[in-house]
Amino acid sequence: MIVIVTLVVALMLSAAVSALFFKDLLSAVIASCLVSLFASILFLFLQAPDVAMAEASIGAALITAVFMIALRRTKRYEE
Amino acid sequence: MSFLQNNIYYIGAFGLIMIGLLTVLVKHNLIKVIIGLSIMDTGINLFLIAIGYLRNGTAPIFSSPEVESILMVDPVPQALVLTAIVIGVAVLALALSLAIRLYKHFGTLDLHKIKELKW
Amino acid sequence: MKSVFSLILLVVLGAGVVFTLSSIPFGSTSSDVGEYYIDSGRADTGATNIVTSVVVGYRAFDTLGEVTVLFVAAIGLGAILAAGRENEEKKKAEWEPASLVLYTGCRFLFPLILLFGAYVFIHGHLTPGGGFQGGAVIASAFLMVYLGCRKKRISRTWARNTESISGLVFVVTGLTGLAVGGHYFLSNFLPEGTLNTLFSAGIIPIIYIAIGLKVGSELTGVIDDLIEESE
Repeated sequence: MIVIVTLVVALMLSAAVSALFFKDLLSAVIASCLVSLFASILFLFLQAPDVAMAEASIGAALITAVFMIALRRTKRYEE
Repeated sequence: MSFLQNNIYYIGAFGLIMIGLLTVLVKHNLIKVIIGLSIMDTGINLFLIAIGYLRNGTAPIFSSPEVESILMVDPVPQALVLTAIVIGVAVLALALSLAIRLYKHFGTLDLHKIKELKW
Repeated sequence: MKSVFSLILLVVLGAGVVFTLSSIPFGSTSSDVGEYYIDSGRADTGATNIVTSVVVGYRAFDTLGEVTVLFVAAIGLGAILAAGRENEEKKKAEWEPASLVLYTGCRFLFPLILLFGAYVFIHGHLTPGGGFQGGAVIASAFLMVYLGCRKKRISRTWARNTESISGLVFVVTGLTGLAVGGHYFLSNFLPEGTLNTLFSAGIIPIIYIAIGLKVGSELTGVIDDLIEESE
């Protein structure tokens, strides 16, 4: 169990770090979506199924969509 | 191993908060700053849930009458985080609409350039 | 220079956090309030999901405030985007239509996802889930239709009416509880029924259905505003 949790935390933190370093904002948005997905798995491990459902449906779907719509309207690359 | 068992969730939560804060402080692209805020939001939620965890506890749901109530995790942080997530997406969308307006007005998302330009 | 300062700030913050957290052991803390809610939540509100009984039972007034925050944020987004739109000519972009497979798949999945969202918030007092999650699922169904079936749009008056009526149901239920049931806002005035059945827990299912419809229509309105802006 502890191995799985450690793996998920490591993946989550590496996704967050790559969201910090990507120059392509679309890739950064996808990375932050991954952060939300791994966080929802952690919520499930912490016995919080309500919060895991909210995080998976909102953090992974709606926030990503809202960011992508905003990127369509502005610029995709960070200079 | 026991260090990991005791601290892995805290490491994850504060790692997210630190990375989000670093993004907000260092980057000067507006969308990147908002991504940092969203990552920080997730980290704070994770920290609150980890505080309420009870070792070997079950979710606070009496799915059948014989579930023991003695070993349940704390429901109060879960209730608070539940509403905080939903409000988080609304505030994030508001921030992005402000970013869209700024891009329309200035033609750039760079915070340094926006500061130099006059209204 | 700036990043060096940021890193120093982060190191100081991290040291403070480690120092503070070393006195909070993981996995053993439990608050008195949480224990009270777990012990008497079923008897007080009749909901078997204790998180629901906290969100819509004990702290329902707080939830009303949070729904109001959501409402104000959605209105602010609409106002900001509308203020930028009025002084530029409307140019209609011609969208490339989606492929037949995507179109049919979206139309097939849309009612199923709506059904799942409704299930999630109707059974909020029995299983994990509730108005906020169900509303988000409903909004993601509308998002899928917006992306897959390009031309289809939700009717704005319909969304606005759903939102207003469900908000009104929330407040009227609370005022009825104040008048009929007890001495405080949102007190329970319906019979609690037997545990673990659908028709139980008094006013909690009514309020959660209202919250689900309100959150769903509000988030759909936010996505609709943003997509209309990006065309």
